[in-house]
Order: sequence, then structure tokens, then C-alpha cells
Amino acid sequence: MIRAVIVINDQGKPRLVKFYDYQPVEKQQEIIRNVYGVLCSRAENVSNFVQDSTFGPDTRLVYKTFATLFFIVIFDDSENELAILDLMQVFVETLDKCFGNVCELDIVFNFNKVHTILDEIILGGQVVEMSSSEVVKALDDITRLQKNPNSIVRVPKSISGWQGR
Amino acid sequence: MSGGGGPSLMDSLFQRTLDDLIKGIRLHLPGAAQSSFISKSLDEIRREIKSTDSQTKSTALQKLTYLHSLHGIDMSWAAFHAVELTSSPSFLHKKTGYLAASLSFRPSMDVLLLLTNQLRKDLSSTNQHEASLALECLSVICTPDFARDLTPDIFTLLSSGKNSIRKKAIACLLMVFSQYPDAVRVCFKRLVDNLESADNVQTLAATVGVFCELASKEPRSYIPLAPEFYRILVDSRNNWVLIKVLKIFAHLAKLEPRLAKKVVELICDHMKQSEAKSLVFECVRTIVSSFYEYEFAVKLAVVKIREFLLDSDLNLRYLGLQGLLLVAPNHLWAVLENKEVVIKSLSDVDRNIKLEALRLVMSMVSDDNVVEICRVLIGYALKSDPEFCNEILRSMLSTCYRNVYEIIIDFDWYVSLLAEMARIPHCQNGEEIEFQLIDIGMRVKAVRPELVRVGRGLLIDPALLGSPFIHRILSAAAWVSGEYVKFSRNPFEIMEALLQPRTNLLPPSIRSVYIHSTFKVLSFFLHSFLLPGKGVNSSLSNFVDIEPGFTYSESEQEFTEIDHATSSSGLNKRDTFTQEAVVNMLTLVITSLTPLAESHDVEIQERVRNVLGLAQLAQQEISCNHDQKEKMVDKVDLKTSIIIRLINDALSEDFGPVSFSAQERVPVPNGLVLEENLSKLDSLCADVQLSISESFSLVKPILLPTDGDSISNQQNEEESETSPAESMSLLAEHRKRHGLFYLPSDHNKNASSSFPPANDPNQRDNDVEDLVKLTEESLVLKRKPSSSRPRPVVVKLDEGERLPITVKKTDENDDLISGAVRDVLLGNEASLRSSNPSGRRKGESHSKDKVENSETGNLSKRRSKHRNHGKNVEDKEENSEKSKKKSGGRHKARRRADGGIDVAVQKQVIPDFLL
Repeated sequence: MIRAVIVINDQGKPRLVKFYDYQPVEKQQEIIRNVYGVLCSRAENVSNFVQDSTFGPDTRLVYKTFATLFFIVIFDDSENELAILDLMQVFVETLDKCFGNVCELDIVFNFNKVHTILDEIILGGQVVEMSSSEVVKALDDITRLQKNPNSIVRVPKSISGWQGR
Repeated sequence: MSGGGGPSLMDSLFQRTLDDLIKGIRLHLPGAAQSSFISKSLDEIRREIKSTDSQTKSTALQKLTYLHSLHGIDMSWAAFHAVELTSSPSFLHKKTGYLAASLSFRPSMDVLLLLTNQLRKDLSSTNQHEASLALECLSVICTPDFARDLTPDIFTLLSSGKNSIRKKAIACLLMVFSQYPDAVRVCFKRLVDNLESADNVQTLAATVGVFCELASKEPRSYIPLAPEFYRILVDSRNNWVLIKVLKIFAHLAKLEPRLAKKVVELICDHMKQSEAKSLVFECVRTIVSSFYEYEFAVKLAVVKIREFLLDSDLNLRYLGLQGLLLVAPNHLWAVLENKEVVIKSLSDVDRNIKLEALRLVMSMVSDDNVVEICRVLIGYALKSDPEFCNEILRSMLSTCYRNVYEIIIDFDWYVSLLAEMARIPHCQNGEEIEFQLIDIGMRVKAVRPELVRVGRGLLIDPALLGSPFIHRILSAAAWVSGEYVKFSRNPFEIMEALLQPRTNLLPPSIRSVYIHSTFKVLSFFLHSFLLPGKGVNSSLSNFVDIEPGFTYSESEQEFTEIDHATSSSGLNKRDTFTQEAVVNMLTLVITSLTPLAESHDVEIQERVRNVLGLAQLAQQEISCNHDQKEKMVDKVDLKTSIIIRLINDALSEDFGPVSFSAQERVPVPNGLVLEENLSKLDSLCADVQLSISESFSLVKPILLPTDGDSISNQQNEEESETSPAESMSLLAEHRKRHGLFYLPSDHNKNASSSFPPANDPNQRDNDVEDLVKLTEESLVLKRKPSSSRPRPVVVKLDEGERLPITVKKTDENDDLISGAVRDVLLGNEASLRSSNPSGRRKGESHSKDKVENSETGNLSKRRSKHRNHGKNVEDKEENSEKSKKKSGGRHKARRRADGGIDVAVQKQVIPDFLL
């Protein structure tokens, strides 16, 4: 299963932190610091995998750099490394669709929405959606729900389209 | 939601939104300014969160959640407010509450109890997004209580018409099962049904994902589902699903070899046809880790691995190496075939790839090629960055040490390799090299001359003293040179090396080893000079030939024998130890060490005084005799000679490797309280320490019987003209006392028939064989732990004993889950069988399953036939079960949990579904 999804910037500041098994917040911070330390020491143009023993002997860490951000997924041996790389691509694509050319600031200022997107893709450490368009659809629904608290009826697709942030 | 403060303009006017907070944090520089801003905001939040207006409360909670998640601020105090918001009619507020809960709640919180009802309500909400929120939250914070109380609700969602809910409910099940294994009894069947949901690939993916996790913990229970997984492997075109199914088969095939035969070709087809690298790699991994007996499949996998290795994508190259590492244990040829790529990868830019390559190289090591591979690796170590260099050295050291130097045949070579490692500039493995140098010295007698030669090389090089990393190795070299000085060609040279001025760069602990070694060298030198008959000759022949465990009295005897037969060879040797040489050495020792007699380090001071005491005494007597050549014959009668003989006897007993458990075998003396708090003794200790330093002056009596004391004791007593026999017995007693736990001890003489002699200096190869034999014997010994006699290789014995403890125990919960699964699965099958002829009884007859379980064993072959029939029936059953569930499924589940499970019977059953 997937143990954690973390986004940090190149200064080591966390932008998104989601652990799928309970970790006290101090432990989370420590893990993030360790991970950042490891990633910093890695040269550019190297492989995306890190053999990481933070979570135990069988866990692995995959990371991907997008502009100023590291996207990090920590998982155990029930997952396939390359598939997780694909998953990260889906996540980033979805962010891109939602924010239009996503950048670090979008993630900084959309804490809640980024969590919503992530929850649509991964639940309880299991991947539940691999299609970014499905995620965007669900997200549209949710946004509408938030705006019109009384309407729980799905609005026809034609009106969909991302509205502001 | 985050952009605007919400519908109420008034609120946004007076309350900072999350955006404002984030902007504020970004405006303040990290450090004091930022943390004071955060604590100010926290004060605001504390006020706002108490507001009765749910919009204000929600915004406050959003801000707090943000601070908690990204800045590590504690928010456990706000748990109640989060619970409160989850029940808000507004979706936004509900969502805020759930997000806060799933990011911050601990399983131990009391407030969780309050959430149960709300979760239940939202799980059954008609709005799928509300149900999603509840499922998401539950998947993170699930407790046994939640799982027990909410199982019926999740059960309902497992067949929800909305795929988005169904897949999430399935993913959530994993957590529920792990918290409350009895939920399996309720939900398992419906989970299995979802394996057939071909209509929605994400639902299927979630289902196989759950099975993959379950099977990784306890595969046995899922063997009956193999036909389902097989069907998916044939039908599915989704890589994600296929990867998970492959992982499941990798687990199952280890238990049921017949499965392998069935699926291996299918996997090969996928491997050949798939475009997706992830799937190809998963196929490769499955084949080489679980289906390695199928030669053709492995060959194909190795071809794929080779493609990966030659790819320009670093990720694929890394995975290729990993694949190779998996092949290595069973098919070393695959590694050898790709040797060049592996060796080349050692100099890759990517550290991961280098490490994998190193591991692969290490997997190739055998006793034939260890010399060659180590030569190559040393070359790479010299070229690499310090970190990787040490990684290389570390793996060389550990590989060579494996099973007590199993692969080393030429120990002379290995010892010089160790010395070579020590000279590598970045070497930081001093500790391990130190250990191995001494360890080899103790274990392998034949290598001692070479060890002394290598040690000399290290000691006499003044440059090495400058590097702190090497100090530990020098310490080993000094110890070896002192302990085995009899093999030295030129003890005088070693003495010079031990006393060279740059030794003041060493830390005190290591310097004291140096000084103790000078003591050994000096006493050896004097012994050879004063008592030539027992000098070099006796040490070279006698000490080596004597079994490691000769007793003290026996050695005495041998000495007296030799006394009578002073051989001519001893006389020849005496030339090295001329009067002049002795006088020179004594002068060297006294001049170099005198300044250290006032050292602040007690360890150094003590040892220096020991050496000086001996040296000064010897100097007096020997220079007295200097002019009277004719009196030389009487050397034997000198006081020094007597002492030297005693010291030499004491030092001549061999050290052996010490068993790891030796310490545990020392019985705790009666009346000794080990856990006593000693803080009260502080004042006392201060006094004692003072008296210790005083006591080291030569005239005062020694208070504490520590290790070195017995030696200085001896000198004191010598000076005060007491009988030397007493000090002797002290020494002997000390050695004897500890000898109990130094392994090759007293008993060996009697037991030599069962214990191969390991000390023929002429036959090194034999010696290694002996070593191997010894280890084998120790393994045999393991079976009779009653034998209390310590032996040289008990070290191995310990390892053997420790193994079972490290074996991973299955989680108790996993056992419960698999027990429940077996119960449900076999119960299902049994009821299916019975339901075919006699209509559907299943809904009502859960309790009968147990009875029927015993029949399943015999009927397993028939089951597959019934399978197809069963499908329709199952659907109908599901409905009936559903209606039953509504009435009182929960109680039912509990009742069934209470009933005993007849697992033992089912364990025997390995159904051959696929045959």
C-alpha cells in the first residue's frame, strides 16, 4: 500500500503532507526532514527511486521533480515502482487541469482543494482512480456542492469547467 | 472554498481567511517572526473556533488544519470542534471537519466515539460525496470500535450502484479488516463478488488491490480464489489490475506449485506482448522471485532484464539491476552473463545504481574469485567518492567475514588486503578492520606471522598516525604485534615503531594499547635474552604446537622439561638478543616512556609505570653484569629472570574468540543488585578515584584488582621482596577466571580427539579446512545445548540460536483475518454445493457452515464444477443476505465470531482448482 504522499519545495518546506497510517505530527516532520535531506543530496538526472528505510525495510520512495517541487510517494512492496511513477503523473496532470499550468503557488494557496484531489485518487493507501478526467469531474461536483449547499443534484456536464479558485 | 471567506461578507471582514493566513506566513521571514505570527494566529483561531457561527468556526478549523499539517502545530485540543463540523448541513463545513479529522485524529482519542453516529449517517447518505468524505476519514482513523459499528454500513456500500462509492468502500475495507477481523465474515463474499465487476475497471482495481494486501500477509487463505484471479489475468487489459494480480500469484505460487505451471506461460505472454514497462517489470519480478524453476520463463525474464539494463532511462536501469539481484540467488549465470554491465554500473553517476551494482558484484563472490573481485573493487574504491568508497569497503568486509571467513582461503592475502584498505584515504571502516585483524589473529593461528608482518608495516609508517580514521586499525596492529611478537623478525624495530614520537597523536585509549604492547615486546625480548632455551625457540615451536587450551600446570611441566634440554638452536637465536641490543632496548623504553609516567590519563600512566618498573629493574641487573661475561651463565638466577619467566608464562596463553553469550553465562553473584541506583555513590566515587591515581605509584599497594593491576602488583611485590609466587597465582587466577569464557581453554587437551588441531603453521589450507570443520562442528553442537563447555566456535552457535527469534511473526490480526477468510470461503463453497440440489438455505444457515466445513476437504475437487452453477445462485443469495443484514447483520456477525472456527481441518485442504 501507499504509506504517504508528500510534496515539498526545493527549500524543504512541506506543501502537502498525507500519511495513510497514523503518524504523530512530530514524526511526520522528522520524516519530511529526512526525506528532504536524502533528496537534496541527489544529483540531477539520476533515477527516481530511493531505497529508504524510514518506514521499515521493505518501503521504497519514488520522487519526481516538477519545477520547484518534489513530489514524493512512499510505498511498500505491494506496489509497482513504475506504476507509482505513472500515478504521480496522473496526480500532477490533474493538478494541471484544475489550476491550468500548475505552479507552486497554486498548491500553496489551495490546501483544501489539493487534498480533495488527492483523496479522489488515493484512499486509505489504495489507488482508487487513475483517470485525471474522472477526478476533475468529481471535483467539479464537489465545488458546486460547496458553493450551493442546498443542491445535491448533479448539474449537467455541459456547464462544467473550472471556475476560479 | 479557500479563495473566498464564504457567503457572509461580515465574517470575512472580521476574520482572517486561510488565504490571509498563508499570505501572512509568507510575509514573515522563517524563524522568530514567523513563529510569533503563527502563535498570534493561533490565539485568534482559539477564539474564533468557539463561535456559534459555523462559517467562522469552519474557517478557523481550516486555518488550524493547515497549520497542523504543514507547520506541525498541535491541534488535538480542537478535535471536538472538528467532530461538531462534520455534522453541519453545509457540505463545505462538513468537508472541513472531515479533513481536520483525517489529518489530525489519533486512534486513542476519546472524541472518536462521538463521530460514530455521524459517520454512519454520512455513509448512508444519498449524496455520494458525503459518503466519500466519511469513507476517506474512516480509512485513516479507523479503530476497532468504528470498524465493528460501521461494518454493516460499509457492507451495504460494497454493492452500491455508484462505482465511485463502491471502489472507495472496497479500498476502505482493508483498514476495517485489519482493525476488526470479524468484519471479514460479513463483507468477504461481497468483496469476492466485486472481482467480477468487469464493468468498472477502477472497482476491480480496488478489489484486487485489497486482495493483494491481504495475500501478502497470509496467502494461504486465498488459494481457493485462484480461478478468479486467473480469469482476471486472462481477461483484463488494465495494467494496474494485472500488476496486482501478478503480485497475488507471486504470493500464492509459493504455497501451491501447481498454480505456477498454469500461469507461467500466461505471464510470459504478458511479458512478451505488453508495451507498459511497469507490467513487464512486474512480470519479470514475479517470474524471477516465484517461478524461478521454469527455465524458459527465467530466460525470457533475463532477456527483458538485459533490455532494461541497456536502456537509457536510469529508472529502468536501476530496476534492471534490482531484477538481476532477484535472479542471483537461483540463477547466478544471469548475473555473470551481464557482468560487464554490472561492473560498469559501479561507476554510474547515480548512487542507487552504484549500490545495486555493488550488491550484485557481492552476490557473485565465491572462494574462487574473491581475490580477483576484491582487487577490482579496491580499484573502484580508490576512484569513488568517499561515501561510496566506504560502502564498497563495508560490503567487502562483511562479505568476507560472512560465516566466519567462509570464502577466504588465503588468509595471508586477506590480511594484507585489510592493510591495503586501511591505507585508502577515505577509509572509515577502522572499527570493522580492527575487529577482523584481531579476530583473525585469534581464530587463524597460521596467519599470525603474516599478521605481524602486516601490523609492522602499518605501525612503522609515521604518516598513518596523522589520520584519525586509521587509529582503530593501528590499535589492532599494535595489539597483534605485541601479542604475537614471537613471530616478529625484529622486535627491536617494532619497539621503535610503538614508541615513535608521533604516537602522541593517538587518543589515550589507543595509546595505552601501544604501551601495553611495548610491555609484551619488552618481556619477550628479555625472556629471549635471559632464558634463551625457552626464548624464540620455545615460543615458535612450543607455543604454537601446544593445544590452545593447555592448563597452567601442564605448561609448567613443559618448561621444566625444556629447561633440562636447552637446545642448540636456542643458542643460535641468542645472537639476535645480544647484551648490547637489550641494553639499547631498555634505554629506548626508559627514555621514551619516562615522560609519560606523569600522564593525566590513568590508563596510560598505569601501563607506563608497569613497563618502566620492569625496564628499570632489568636495566639495573643487566648493567651490573655487564662486565662479568663469565657470569652470564647465571642469568637464569637473576631476579629479573624469575619475574620474566612468570610474566612470560602468564602472557603466553592464547586468546580465543569470545562467545557472544559468554557474558550471559556468568552467573550473577548472590547479593549483587544490578539495577541499584548508584547516584548516592557519587561522593564516595570521588574519593576512590583519587586513591586510584595515587595507588599507581610503584611503592604503594594496589587497591583494585583490575586487569593491569595484577602486573603492577607483581612489580610492587618484587620491590618489597615478597614471594613472587603470590603474584603469579594472582595472574594465573585472573586468567583462569576469565579463561572460563575465553573460548579455547583448558578442556581442549582432553577433548582434542573430537576437536581437530588448528595450529599447524606449515599447512595454511588445512587450517582453513579446520576452521570450516570447526564451524560445522559447532553447528552440530547446537543440537545439544546442555554441553556447557565453551569452544572456539561457539560464536557460530550463538548465531544459530538467535535465528528463530528474528523470524517474523505473523500479526495476530492477520491470523484472525485469514481464519475468518478461510471460514467464509470454504463456508461459501460448502453452502454452494448444498444450495444447488436443495435450494437456497444459505441465508438462514450460517451456523451450518461449520458442520459442512469438514466435508469440504473431500469435495474440493467437485467444487470447481459447482462454481459456474453457483454464480447465479450467489447473486440471489446476496440479496437474501442483504435483507437479512438490514434486520440484524451485526448481531449475526458477532454471534458467528464467538463460534469456534474449525481452521485446522481446512488447512490440510489444497484444492486443485486449476487442474
